[in-house]
Amino acid sequence: MKLVTAIIKPFKLDEVREALSAIGVTGITVTEVKGFGRQKGHTELYRGAEYVVDFLPKVKVEAAIKSEMLEQVIEAIEKAANTGKIGDGKVFVFDLEQVIRIRTGETGAEAL
Amino acid sequence: MRKLLRKLTASLALFCMLGLNAMPLVAQDKPAADAPAAPMAKADDMKAAAPAEAKKEEAKAPPPPTPNKGDVAWMLTSTALVLMMSVPALALFYGGMVRAKNMLSMLMQVFVTFSLVTVLWCVYGYSLAFTEGNAYFGGFDRLFLGGTFDAAKGEFAMGATFSKGVVIPELLFVAFQATFAAITCCLVLGAFAERVKFSAVLIFMTLWFTFSYAPIAHMVWFWPGPDAYTDPKLVDGLNAKAGLLWQWGALDFAGGTVVHINAGIAGLVGAYLVGKRIGFGKEAMTPHNLPMTMIGAALLWMGWFGFNAGSALEAGNSATLAFVNTFLATACAVLSWTFFEWIFKGKPSMLGAASGAVAGLVAITPAAGNVGIPGAFVIGLAAGVVCLWAVNQLKRLLAADDSLDVFGVHAIGGILGALLTGVFCDPSLGGPGFVSDWVTVKVVSGADYSISGQVWTQAKAVGVTILWSGIVAAVSYKIADLIVGLRVTEEEEREGLDVNSHGETAYHT
Repeated sequence: MKLVTAIIKPFKLDEVREALSAIGVTGITVTEVKGFGRQKGHTELYRGAEYVVDFLPKVKVEAAIKSEMLEQVIEAIEKAANTGKIGDGKVFVFDLEQVIRIRTGETGAEAL
Repeated sequence: MRKLLRKLTASLALFCMLGLNAMPLVAQDKPAADAPAAPMAKADDMKAAAPAEAKKEEAKAPPPPTPNKGDVAWMLTSTALVLMMSVPALALFYGGMVRAKNMLSMLMQVFVTFSLVTVLWCVYGYSLAFTEGNAYFGGFDRLFLGGTFDAAKGEFAMGATFSKGVVIPELLFVAFQATFAAITCCLVLGAFAERVKFSAVLIFMTLWFTFSYAPIAHMVWFWPGPDAYTDPKLVDGLNAKAGLLWQWGALDFAGGTVVHINAGIAGLVGAYLVGKRIGFGKEAMTPHNLPMTMIGAALLWMGWFGFNAGSALEAGNSATLAFVNTFLATACAVLSWTFFEWIFKGKPSMLGAASGAVAGLVAITPAAGNVGIPGAFVIGLAAGVVCLWAVNQLKRLLAADDSLDVFGVHAIGGILGALLTGVFCDPSLGGPGFVSDWVTVKVVSGADYSISGQVWTQAKAVGVTILWSGIVAAVSYKIADLIVGLRVTEEEEREGLDVNSHGETAYHT
């Protein structure tokens, strides 16, 4: 099993969710996050005071999937979240040791 | 007889003149032998005190003027509008600009300062500002508003407007002016926001209100009222009873000196004495909610119609002129700030537009009923760009952490407006001029109007206000510092004033 974590632009969230649903991903977790990468921040000006805003708002999408779906999932996220402009985000892939469904006690791929 | 006259003239009180001229004034005649005795005295009073004499006078005295319902309705409305300018408008305008952890402290300081000053006003402030005394302070004739309403007879004392024979209830004038005193003190709060101790605020406000606001209001706005000027022989004596700056001929329609310069200077002194916020210039101190600032600025604009047009004290031509100028100059200042910010800083900001509105409102305040439409255009356009400069370049030169730019907007905008009032009051520049002779109510003509002379008078009034307010403020801060200390601890400041000074949090997530 794999845990796929994608950092994407907030307004791309709906498209990514639809794309993942379409290929059979049955659940995702979404968090609003802030950070910076190559896009860097921007400056804001309040009357005389100028502030550099380093951290930009992004959305973190996490999906636990069967290993064989990995390529498909990555491709779906890449396509849906792509704008071609700097700041589109990144996808991180982790090995997932165990999954447990709390209600039934099922484990492993059964619990996904 | 002295006592009788005292009684008579007390019920007499204030008045003012007509639209064209200027200061909201009011006066209340204390008594005294040379007071313009009894034209408006109440027949009842006289009978009670001295029946024989009273009858004689009664026969020739015209009936006392009664207030016009339209004037009263407008002034009641104006008073409520000015209250709205503080609570909630100024509180939201300021509150939106501080960080979220200090939001409630800002709202709370405005709310409580407003209430504190209102109470002080009714206890002694009104008397100190608007009764006869010397050229600097009034007297104590109206402590606890005594003498404004005779419950036994059901009679209300009348106050002057700017027109002969036109009066409003003195209590209404008390209430209207109470809101001015209170909002002036609230304006100062923006300069030392986010680090001041709440108890120090209350001590400072009590002192500064008593020794700066009240005397400056007296100096600028107290005069015996137009009805007193019945004979050319009385003029010198009557003028000598007025406040110092009124005697000089300074024009201040709704409070350029009394309200804005006064508060702006006290704010700057406070920014120096309270010191910079921790992390100032290093950490981001971004406004936490600019929509609230916009709501505050918009409500200020609306309330300012009461502030400026209400300062005519009547619902008439002067009020209308002040109303339109308040409308137009503010819109000009919004455009001016916005476009200059766009050109020099790259983007036109919402905070800039809101700040421009307030700058325009401040600058048109002394001018409101004292200039014509050309004056409103120029004063508004100038206010936007001058105050934009003040909160950028000038602020850096001053090296003070005037957190919400009380000095840059109110003092600078007020000074600009006060000086330009001297220019655009000129009838040859479309202004209404001012009354040069209160006996005949003759308005100065364009040919007789000296722009340089009036601007110099305005400048002297500005200078007196700056010095007076600055010195009183410095002493008041020192006293507050000695008693309780001006600042919260570093730890409390970092964590925020809301939770530490007030035990609550503005926003829960």
